[in-house]
Amino acid sequence: MTMKPSLKIEKSKLRLPETELFGPGSRACAGCGELLAVRHALKATGSNSIVVSATGCMEVISSPYPESAWKTPWIHSLFENAAAVASGVESALKALGKSGIRVVVMGGDGALADIGFGAVSGALDRRQSLTYILTDNEAYMNTGIQSSGTTPYGAWTTTTPAGAVKKGKETPKKDLVRIMLGHGVQYIATASIAYPIDLVNKVKKAVSVDGPSFVHISCPCPIGWHFPPEKTVEIARLAVDTGMWIIYEVERGILRITYKPDRLKPVRDYLVLQGRFEHLSDADIEKIQSDCTKSYENLVNRDGKSLI
Amino acid sequence: MGRLEIMQGGAAVANAVKNCEPNVIAAYPITPATIIVESLAEFVADGILKAEYINVESEHSAISALIGASSVGARTFSATSSQGLALMHEALFNASGLRLPVVMVVANRALSAPLSIWNDQQDSISQRDSGWIQLYAEDVQEAVDMCVQAYRVAEDPKVLLPAMVCMDGFILTHVYEPVEIPPLEEVRRFLPPFNPKNKLIPECPLSFGMFADPSFYTEFKYLQHTAFMEAKKTIKKVASEFCKSFGRDNYGDLIQEYRTKDAEVVLVSMGSLIGTLKDAVDDLREKGIKVGVLKVRSFRPFPSEEIYNSIKEAKAIAVIEKDISLGLGGALLLEIRSELYSKPKKPITLGFIAGLGGRDIPKPSINRVVEKAFAAAEGRKAKEEVEFLDLRKEMI
Repeated sequence: MTMKPSLKIEKSKLRLPETELFGPGSRACAGCGELLAVRHALKATGSNSIVVSATGCMEVISSPYPESAWKTPWIHSLFENAAAVASGVESALKALGKSGIRVVVMGGDGALADIGFGAVSGALDRRQSLTYILTDNEAYMNTGIQSSGTTPYGAWTTTTPAGAVKKGKETPKKDLVRIMLGHGVQYIATASIAYPIDLVNKVKKAVSVDGPSFVHISCPCPIGWHFPPEKTVEIARLAVDTGMWIIYEVERGILRITYKPDRLKPVRDYLVLQGRFEHLSDADIEKIQSDCTKSYENLVNRDGKSLI
Repeated sequence: MGRLEIMQGGAAVANAVKNCEPNVIAAYPITPATIIVESLAEFVADGILKAEYINVESEHSAISALIGASSVGARTFSATSSQGLALMHEALFNASGLRLPVVMVVANRALSAPLSIWNDQQDSISQRDSGWIQLYAEDVQEAVDMCVQAYRVAEDPKVLLPAMVCMDGFILTHVYEPVEIPPLEEVRRFLPPFNPKNKLIPECPLSFGMFADPSFYTEFKYLQHTAFMEAKKTIKKVASEFCKSFGRDNYGDLIQEYRTKDAEVVLVSMGSLIGTLKDAVDDLREKGIKVGVLKVRSFRPFPSEEIYNSIKEAKAIAVIEKDISLGLGGALLLEIRSELYSKPKKPITLGFIAGLGGRDIPKPSINRVVEKAFAAAEGRKAKEEVEFLDLRKEMI
């Protein structure tokens, strides 16, 4: 399937930059979705940036001393403090009179949406010029697939197991975009590794914002979602094609859905490929379908309009 | 030479820090450290200090922001206390492991529960193993001077460790004392600009904070430990240079000895209690009682040799401290006892837990400690292994 952007993209933006700022030979699992997200995001941030990573899969696979995959200056401190560390980096650059360097915060759903969320909120409140790249694989994968705030409804994880009385995660995914809107973030986007040009263009926009910006990227994880590693991109695309993951941007409060499938595929197509949903009954899938349709329509109806 | 002014402790320390020209300050309010960062916020607001001031949402983020700032090559500062320091715990280890010379004033305060805003030293003592240099000030002037010295020590390329300047909450932070603020020009001469070899810059993309597997981790810790051993020498050198450059009387480096030469009993402590101890000792000396004071100025690195040389001829020592490792005893006492174990001379060691949660330690109580120490020296065994000084037994 080819990408059909709802808005015109300039020709120069239809090609991926050739620069690779994430070196080959990292320890990522075969089929790692997060790795694709980071690799493409770095193409957009460019070499004149400093990356602050939170503890997580990406930090572990990219930095086993003395080998590093990072070709930008890079710092990892702790799990929950990436936004605060980045705040310090940004302030120091200002204090030392170094302009033009963009500070990028990279973290997973645990780091940026759960344990480190307080630090994100504080840095947003201060309007620090940071770009947050949330690589969302929908659970704590580095520690072995535990439920997080962005784990979707019904998903099996090791801490939301499907048993005789429980059917996986009992609450839906946190809506990070709305939380960002609540902080007055001027550029917010969601992206998918299945649509890399869209992803790169969004990150490019995000790093050019004077102030905070946020890009939430869906990153399928073969280990945690239970699917064969060669299906990563297929599953990422199905998420978009079923409406389970909508790619859009919110610029100064105005919503723009950057890709709308002609017709949504049934969510079942997406769910059945993943072992984490295999315990779901027809009725459960029906509920997920109904919730998905509702939120998709809700968003489509607001396309081009203000969300504030 | 600066001029003598009457200033509140917290404000005085802020003035000294201002003259060290930190590039980034990150802070979160907590009593009694707040006045330090409030003063610095005013300096920044007035343009007297050109620094980025980050109002963070927690102490954990305060220290984290300084980790980020220091890794870019900025000189950094924060101040905190008690629960705030405890909340920083995780990141303290990280700052040290990353070898970032952050300087922070700790306004020593008790830890909850029960909640207490008043002074003791449980907060910083509890961070003993976090990899921070810990210096304890006796009075406001020493706290002021210690800030300048702390930057010099911490930023020394052979050291590169973060440093805490510990000053007793309220007793020093809120007291008004005549102090001399090290003048800006003189501080500039004494403290070279911070320019670390390794920093985050796009021209030379380094990776900070990588993970180390079992074949590398130990060596990182060894190097940190070596840096602490190096810091012992640096603290001595910097303290002596400081006193010469700024015309101060010598108030010690790793330790300070007060009338210990022929002392049969030596009182050992840290922080503001030292002033009271010296005063009590002066009174006792007038009565011909041979007693002295040992001030431990650096708790980490721990000056084992210096302490031993200072107490080895005494018959007994009494360690009076404002902290307790519950279930065992006072932390300072334990360190000294462990040091004596391998040494030929072993004065009797008595431990007193005092001043917890801000309880006053008056001179009569100190006199009782001295009496007990002499009694022990004469062979009478102390009743309790760990004695809580001035314990209100009627309440228990």
